[in-house]
Amino acid sequence: MSSPAATPPLVHRESHKDYEGSKLGMWLFLFTEIILFGGLFILYSAYRARYPLEFHEAGQHLNVVIGVANTIILLTSSLTVAFAITAIQKGARTICLCCLSATIVLGAAFLVNKYIEWSGEIGHGLYPNSPVLMQRPHGDQIFFGLYYSMTGLHGLHVFAGIAVLSIMLGLVAGKRITSADFSKLENGGLYWHLVDVIWIFLLPLFYLAA
Amino acid sequence: MEHPETHVHIVPYRILIRVWLLLLLLTAVLVATTRLMHEALSVWAMLIITPLKAGLVLFFFMHLKYEKPYLRALVFLTFGLLTIFIGMLFFDILRR
Repeated sequence: MSSPAATPPLVHRESHKDYEGSKLGMWLFLFTEIILFGGLFILYSAYRARYPLEFHEAGQHLNVVIGVANTIILLTSSLTVAFAITAIQKGARTICLCCLSATIVLGAAFLVNKYIEWSGEIGHGLYPNSPVLMQRPHGDQIFFGLYYSMTGLHGLHVFAGIAVLSIMLGLVAGKRITSADFSKLENGGLYWHLVDVIWIFLLPLFYLAA
Repeated sequence: MEHPETHVHIVPYRILIRVWLLLLLLTAVLVATTRLMHEALSVWAMLIITPLKAGLVLFFFMHLKYEKPYLRALVFLTFGLLTIFIGMLFFDILRR
């Protein structure tokens, strides 16, 4: 057993904050997300090249209005989270809280739209392995398989983003995120923006390609 | 004790609003092109406008414009890698 004298002196860790390191770590995580969705985009491209007519036809069953509305919602939510970060950097806590709340509400609105959209499609019998879809061409089945997995995975990310931003809201309200220490909020914002970037690519692939 | 975050560029509200308006405008152009124009033109619109929109979010909303060059290089590397993969896929499809 080592003597107490051999242990290194205690360092006050709470004073050490590596702002750049935490941001780099967040970006590295985002790269894994880009590659995750990138793999699915490659899969989509390969099947689209194989079944161009079926993808074109199947895309017409999707609701363009909801797709575009959700795009406007997500773009606006990106603006509000960017506002929240500018606000906290300027020390405007109330504006930051309002913008973060608006972002969470917009995220929830996106998911409500997604629910309405999916309910409509499932109501028409368009879901993986449904009797209606099984009678349609193979390309249609693959289109809807990709549609549900890619927008579903994206929806899960929106849900996770809402959870992350809700925690940030609590931290800002509790003055744990301040104008002197805002890297958590900035990293949460980066995650939310990436979810928006992925949707920017999903819109033309599924809704506008018909 | 907390230290103020060093080397931080605060993006003004007005720049964020301009970027948001530009994103909405590009979305409107994209939707209009794909609804009204010929298919070849709408494919080109998608290939140009979509990465442009993603770039605006990355550069302004995600502050990449104000980050150090190595971070921008890493982001380009990741997207570049993905572009190479997609390019190889289409090369494979066309030469099959």
